[in-house]
Amino acid sequence: MMTMEFLIQGSYFVAAMLFILGLKQMSSPVTARRGIVWAGAGMVLATLVTFAVPEVIDSEHAVTNIVLIIVAIAIGGGYAWVTGKKVAMTDMPQMIAMYNGMGGGAAATIAAVELLKATREAQLDPTGTITIADRLGSDVTILAILGAIIGTISFSGSIIAWAKLDGRLNRNTLLPAQHIINAMVAVTTIGFAVAIYFSNDLAPIIAFFGLALVLGVFITVPVGGADMPVIISLFNALTGLAVGFEGYVLGNAAMIIAGIVVGSAGSLLTHLMAKAMNRSVSNVFFAGVGTGAAAAADGEQGEMKEIQSQDAGILMAFASQVIIIPGYGMAVAQAQHKIWELTQLLNERGVTVKFAIHPVAGRMPGHMNVLLAEAGVPYDMIYDMEDINADFKNTTVALVIGANDVVNPSAKSDASSPLFGMPILDAIKSENVIVVKRGRGTGFSGVENPLFFADNTKMLFGDGQKAANELIVSVKELG
Amino acid sequence: MIEGLAALYIFMLAGFTGYEIISRVPVILHTPLMSGSNFVHGIVLVGAMFALGIAETPVEQFIGFVAVLLGAGNAVGGYVVTERMLEMFKSSNKKEGEG
Repeated sequence: MMTMEFLIQGSYFVAAMLFILGLKQMSSPVTARRGIVWAGAGMVLATLVTFAVPEVIDSEHAVTNIVLIIVAIAIGGGYAWVTGKKVAMTDMPQMIAMYNGMGGGAAATIAAVELLKATREAQLDPTGTITIADRLGSDVTILAILGAIIGTISFSGSIIAWAKLDGRLNRNTLLPAQHIINAMVAVTTIGFAVAIYFSNDLAPIIAFFGLALVLGVFITVPVGGADMPVIISLFNALTGLAVGFEGYVLGNAAMIIAGIVVGSAGSLLTHLMAKAMNRSVSNVFFAGVGTGAAAAADGEQGEMKEIQSQDAGILMAFASQVIIIPGYGMAVAQAQHKIWELTQLLNERGVTVKFAIHPVAGRMPGHMNVLLAEAGVPYDMIYDMEDINADFKNTTVALVIGANDVVNPSAKSDASSPLFGMPILDAIKSENVIVVKRGRGTGFSGVENPLFFADNTKMLFGDGQKAANELIVSVKELG
Repeated sequence: MIEGLAALYIFMLAGFTGYEIISRVPVILHTPLMSGSNFVHGIVLVGAMFALGIAETPVEQFIGFVAVLLGAGNAVGGYVVTERMLEMFKSSNKKEGEG
């Protein structure tokens, strides 16, 4: 049996290494595809050897349990396979939130099994004085409970994030004085966590998980839509952490390493994203954009100047340089393919076309890059904010398609704006700005955008796909 | 079994590793990488299998079943979605000579 144990632990080690190497390769566009395949191989290896773990094979209900494992993998994996293959690129963020929530839920339920088992075993003791912590040891108990609360919050929070992004949940308020209630729920949850540690009862465990579920919902509901990328990234990091902690509980090195790597990588990513929006992570949770301050933003307005697609097409066809700024509106309209077609037409006419991506454009960091890549735009035409901002002054036309807050100049000039301090794309500095927009409303944050009223800005009203189509037609007509 | 200080070392080293991986990533890969790291914590499936594998009562079996179901969803969904996203980066070595 010694060699079997060695083989299993060795396989976990190899899996953990493949995860790290895979993630490393995913950090460069050239090797990224190989990276996911390596990580996938690690996952298959780790899953297969787990069927051979001695504790599982020698368990009293080995046959039933193994059948249950296979059935559960078939159902859960099958569901995820089908939904993952089917989901449109634009809906990717909410699916990632969903799968991430499932991971958090899995970590939490592992903790639940361990705690229930310890409770049952502790109750068998005739003196009745054995606690869960006595059974499991204090380090294991504490990490099991920590992983449980983090995993549960990530589970219910991710489901709310999914529902919000999927348009199934639009409200931002549940209860009055939500923050105070959240704090009370959090304190009570921690109280039950302490009770679990010092008792061998079922009741605190049930109350603990119930409250943690509620807490995840309460925390996520008030978060504004514009902050969703930060939240998904944060829950991703939290799930990683929960997995790492439960890995310690089970004594599984692969889980510890993979979980903590994701936990720290995800925390850094969350921080980078929040910084790009000039918001701290706590700010995201405790102050929704669009409430309070936004309402105070005065309606300093002028006239929006409309432009027809023919004129816009001519403007672009005879430009020397066009910079396209995509936003969530492009994703919703599925306009990326048409935009790429337009880009190719302009290229043929000798117009230099560049894409400018704000770090938080869309619903996730890099969301726009993924969509443009889907349409076939080579990634060397795509520029980050820092690399392109100086270039706007040499640009004939900046085409803003479905973006709003990321080009809002009030982020620079108006200290009372809720966006104030957020770095923006300096579209306003180009010779002409054409904004493709469905209606006259404000952006996701609900903040008025002075760019739309600027002298050099023209509005092209309409759905992104339709507008792009019309631009293609008008450029083609020029021969 | 990994215990005490040894676990602390693993926590620390894994933490630094994750930090290092992310700190040099271009924005273009942030979504695929978030998706990829989402897949990697799908390793929770292994723990869930273990928890269900050693379950002894119907309640434990039920909760363990849910754990495996969710873990498998995380692993499979994370893989499919990441793979689909990265699939799109394949034809991008065409240089356009922009600058």
